[in-house]
Amino acid sequence: MTDRPDSASNWLEARLPIISAFRREYVDFAMPRNLNYLWNFGAFATVAMALLIVSGVFLAINYTPTVAAAFSSIETIDRQVASGWLIRAIHMGGVSMLFAALYVHLARGLYYGSYKAPRELLWLTGLGLLLMVMTAAFAGYILPWGQMSYWGATVVINALNAVPLIGRPLASLLLGGDGLGDVALHRIYVLHFVTAFSILGVIGLHLAALHVTGSNNPAGVEPRKADDTVPFHPYYTSKDGLGLCLFLAVYAVLIFFLPGWLTLADNYVQANPLITPRDITPEWYFAPFYAILRAVPSKLGGLVLAVGSIGVLFAVPWLDRSPVRSARYRPLLRLALPVLFLSFILLGFAGMRRPTPEWLWLSRAAMVYWYVFFLVLLPILPKIEKTKPLPESLWEAGR
Amino acid sequence: MTNESRPSSGQTNSTDIETQPTRRDVLAKTTLGMGCAGACALAYPFLDSLNGTRGEDLGGDDTVDVDISTLHPGQQIVVTWRGWPVFVQRRTSDMLASLQAPGVTQRLRDPESKIMQQPRDATNWHRSITPEIGVLVGICTHLGCVPNFNAPNAADHAGNYACPCHGSQFDVAGRAYKEAPAPYNLPVPPVTMLSETKLKIGVSKGDPGFDIANIQQI
Repeated sequence: MTDRPDSASNWLEARLPIISAFRREYVDFAMPRNLNYLWNFGAFATVAMALLIVSGVFLAINYTPTVAAAFSSIETIDRQVASGWLIRAIHMGGVSMLFAALYVHLARGLYYGSYKAPRELLWLTGLGLLLMVMTAAFAGYILPWGQMSYWGATVVINALNAVPLIGRPLASLLLGGDGLGDVALHRIYVLHFVTAFSILGVIGLHLAALHVTGSNNPAGVEPRKADDTVPFHPYYTSKDGLGLCLFLAVYAVLIFFLPGWLTLADNYVQANPLITPRDITPEWYFAPFYAILRAVPSKLGGLVLAVGSIGVLFAVPWLDRSPVRSARYRPLLRLALPVLFLSFILLGFAGMRRPTPEWLWLSRAAMVYWYVFFLVLLPILPKIEKTKPLPESLWEAGR
Repeated sequence: MTNESRPSSGQTNSTDIETQPTRRDVLAKTTLGMGCAGACALAYPFLDSLNGTRGEDLGGDDTVDVDISTLHPGQQIVVTWRGWPVFVQRRTSDMLASLQAPGVTQRLRDPESKIMQQPRDATNWHRSITPEIGVLVGICTHLGCVPNFNAPNAADHAGNYACPCHGSQFDVAGRAYKEAPAPYNLPVPPVTMLSETKLKIGVSKGDPGFDIANIQQI
C-alpha cells in the first residue's frame, strides 16, 4: 500500500510475498474480456465447498460415529444443539449446490473445449475433484445411519464386492472384515473428512494449473492483444460477486423453504438391517449413474458402464483432436453436445423413477448415446466437420 | 464517512481524478459493508452451535430419590445428581453442636449463609431442611475438586471436609473456613423430605422457584 520501507506490508513482503502474489493472481490477473456467466460456476463450487468444510467441522463436534449413537446424535443436532438444524441444512444443501455447480462447470468445459491443450491437467484435476467429491458425498450420506444411509451403503459395498479380483480385498479394507457395523462406520467417518480436506489440496492444484494457462473463454481463442484481457479486479470480482449473490439466494431458498428436498424422508428412520425401504432412490446427483447401473442386465456390466461413464471423461482431451476449441465454431458438435447434456439429465430422471420398462429403455438409449458421443462422435467429428472461421481477437468475438 | 479523497486502491487502470468521493466509492463501501454483515450473519449459527444443547432436557426427570434408612449418624453417602457428587449426611448431636460452637463464626467466611449458595429453606445455621440431615453438592468452590469427608472420630467430634487439591476446608454444613482458598460455602441442592427416611434431590418444597444454575458458584 505505501512505499515506506519500514511498513508492515514490506516487512511481510520481504519474508513471504503473499500480498504481491495475491495482487498478481487475483487483482491484476489478466482475464479474457469475453467470459460469460458460465465462468462463475467454478467460484460457486469453491464457495459451496468452503461452506461444506466449515459446516462439516461444526457438525463433527456434535456427531458420534457409532452404530448405537450416530442416528440419535444427528437428531440431537437437528433438535437440541443451538442452531444445529441450520448448520446441518447448510451442510446438506451445500452438497446439492456443489454438485449442481460442478455439473454446470463440467458441461461448460465440454462446450467451450476447455480441456484442450494446454489445459489437459486442469481438466484431469477437475475430474479428480469430481471423483473425490463423489466419494465424500457417498461417505457422508452413510453417517446419519438412517435407512437410506444403511441400504445405500449396503448396495454400493456389494457392488464393490462384485468387482473381480480387487473388489473383495478393497471392501475388506474399507469395512475392516465384518459387514456394516461400528468399525465400518468409524472408517467411513474418517474417509468422509479425510477426502474433504484432500479436496482442498486438489483445489489448490486445480487453481495453480488454471493460473498457469489462464482461463479459456467462450471464443476458445487465446487472448493475443492487451485489450483482449481485463484485470480480474474489479471486472470479474464484481461479476463473480453478482453471480454468487444469486447462487447464495438459491442456496438460502433451498435451506429455509425447501428443507424436505435436502434428503429423503426415509433417512429419518434409523437404520434397520432387517427391513429395506420400499423405494430406494439415490440422491439426485448420483441418479444418472444409478440409472446406468440399473439399466444394464448384468451385475459386473452395469458397474463397469456406470464407472466408465465418468472414466471416458478422463480421455476427452485425447479423444477430441479438433484444433478448434469452442463448440460455437463447430456446427456439428454444437448439435451433438446438447443431446449429450439432455441424455445426462434424462438418466438423472430415470434414476429417480421406478424401473418401469419405459424408463429402463430410455436409460439404455441415453447411456448408448453417452458412450457413442465420447467414443465415436468426438474422434470422428473433426474429420467431417467444417468449422466456422475463428475471430481474430476476443474484442471481436463478443460474449 | 470521511471527506478525504483518494483513488481507491487496487484499481490499476483507473483514470478517476475526481477529488470528491465518487458514487463508485460509495457503492464499493456499501457492498463491502453488506458483505461483512452477511459474513457475520453466517458466522452466528456456527458460533451459536458451540453453546451445545444448552443443558436442555426433553421433559426427563431431573430428580433423584435417596433412601437414608440405613444411614447412621456420623456417616455420609454420595449420590449422583446432574452428574455431580451430592453428599447426604446424618449428623450427630456433636456435629450439630460444633456448627454453633462459640467462636466458630469468626473462622468462617460466610457463617450466616448470606451469599446464595443454597435454597431459602436451607438458609439457616445448619444449611439444611432438618438439622440432622445435611445435603451438599460435593464440588469445592475453589477450583472444582471433590472434598473428602473426614467423619467425626474420637479426636474430632465435629468432622469436616478437606479438599485434596488446594487444602480448602469446610465444616460439616459446608461452610468455608477463612484460612483456606475456597471463597464460598459448598452449594446446597434443592431438597424435599418425602418421609423420615426418604428425600428427593432436585426439587425444593420450601423454595419452589430455586434453580441451582442461579447460585453464586457451582
